Amino acid sequence: MNKKTDDLKQVVDQAIAEQKVPHVKLNKLGPTSVDIERLTQPSKETRQEYWGKGLTYCAIGLIIILVVSIIGFVGAHGLSTFFTDHVNVFHFLFSTDWDPSDGKNHVGAAAMIVTSFSVTLLSALVATPFAIAVALFMTEYTSKKGANFLQSVMELLVGIPSVVYGFLGLTIIVPVIRNLFGGTGFGILSATLVLFVMVLPTITSLTVDALKAVPKQFRQASAALGATHWQTIYKVVLRVATPRILTAVIFGMARAFGEALAVQMVIGNAVLMPYNLISPSATLTSQLTSQMGNTVMGTLPNNALWSLALLLLIMSLVFNFLVRLVGKKGQK
Amino acid sequence: MRKEVISAKDVKLSYGNFEALHGINLNFREKELTALIGPSGCGKSTFLRCLNRMNDDIENTTITGEILFDGQDIYSPKMDLVELRKDVGMVFQQPTPFPFSVYNNIAYGLRLAGVKDKDLIDQRVEESLKQAAIWNDVKDNLDRNAQAFSGGQQQRICIARALAVRPKVVLLDEPTSALDPISSSEIEETLLELKQSYTFIMVTHNLQQASRISDRTAFFMNGDLIEAGPTEQMFIAPDKQITSDYLNGRFG
Repeated sequence: MNKKTDDLKQVVDQAIAEQKVPHVKLNKLGPTSVDIERLTQPSKETRQEYWGKGLTYCAIGLIIILVVSIIGFVGAHGLSTFFTDHVNVFHFLFSTDWDPSDGKNHVGAAAMIVTSFSVTLLSALVATPFAIAVALFMTEYTSKKGANFLQSVMELLVGIPSVVYGFLGLTIIVPVIRNLFGGTGFGILSATLVLFVMVLPTITSLTVDALKAVPKQFRQASAALGATHWQTIYKVVLRVATPRILTAVIFGMARAFGEALAVQMVIGNAVLMPYNLISPSATLTSQLTSQMGNTVMGTLPNNALWSLALLLLIMSLVFNFLVRLVGKKGQK
Repeated sequence: MRKEVISAKDVKLSYGNFEALHGINLNFREKELTALIGPSGCGKSTFLRCLNRMNDDIENTTITGEILFDGQDIYSPKMDLVELRKDVGMVFQQPTPFPFSVYNNIAYGLRLAGVKDKDLIDQRVEESLKQAAIWNDVKDNLDRNAQAFSGGQQQRICIARALAVRPKVVLLDEPTSALDPISSSEIEETLLELKQSYTFIMVTHNLQQASRISDRTAFFMNGDLIEAGPTEQMFIAPDKQITSDYLNGRFG
């Protein structure tokens, strides 16, 4: 230690002796009066740096443990249907026979898979044109005041709990569909209409961001070439924003796919292959919510539900992957 | 004497309560390059944007006075804005090619004008790119995204895009200020060539550039047109003391 201190002193003194242009800071130090303590110990700022870094790493570590254990738990239970109870994976994916309490040959989730995808795609399909229209109105046509007002309306729609949407759907949409098309009124159509209102704000606000991100210069350049406002929107703004609008739609689909409560209230909860839009059916999520209280941990019916959860988890990964893929394409 | 294409009479413009232009009278002649110079915030860009009504989109703007283009008042309600902008094109400070292919960028204006004939579009694209002296750089890459090219090349693509619709007048808003000196001088050369066939009105901060390539120069300050005339006369013997001070770099 002492040798090190001497070395350091020597270095500073040498630097002072050798300087050609007088150096204010070095001269202030003066020969042999080097504060070795300060130069060899970490400063307050350095310690703050360690602290901050440490805190961030701790938080990240916790989150990673959490995520890994969730995936591990869902995976272990979901896969035990196939490994412990020997259910055939293809049977699970393609059979419509769902009655897990009757044994391993009655674990077919195809009806729920089809219904889940149907309500997701249909609600996204219905919501996207409206979302784009609203977003265009907010960014291109209305004043700032109007846009702010619409923005708060959309935020309000996001804020309404899903059980309220389900209740509204059950009270209004289901009877209306029953009267218009016959049947019970429960089914994919009702679920689609409820989900339409629920994913609209998600897609809209992300589409607004997408449209706002289109540089103003493009609009000016297009106008200067003799384009009308609508031509500019149609040929430049929407085209430039397309990747981000697609991302918005995928986020909306992820929300629709994962929505459980509201869908459960209007879908009918009969695990049957839907043969039309107004026949009662069940989605992966609605089956999970309605059945999880009725099974015993570790039994086949319980494990089968975990398999549905695993499927949902995998789908959310797929949606994430799609978002990245589309985003990457947009950067090119 | 050449024919006057655009003449502005007593043009006043205000943003809200702030009057940015206090009555500008200025005429532009056919097939000449007129440079608008002056210190920052003097209103030269604002005035340029009046000439194809680009200020229309800015809220709270009021414009009075008269701007005649080919004898027609462009601010009269009868004026077709789309037609006007086809005749009076514009190139901006930042190169703004759309993120489409080069070909689609150049064809954009033509397609807006309703041109469907593929051969005609092909021919115009080639012609315009040649006029903007960028044909050799892009002829093998017409399908490449226009934003993949360098800044100078992008600005030429923008010039070609403006020329493709065969405008009578092209407004240039500091077209080289975002470019490096070599690209700038190449664009200047291109403009010197092109002014045989087009009328250019260029805002520039670069006095040397104005003296090199413009036929006439107009000097703006604080929203007033101080002086306008043939470039040589302006630079050698300006009428007003303040013009001489500005050109000699005493302020601005």
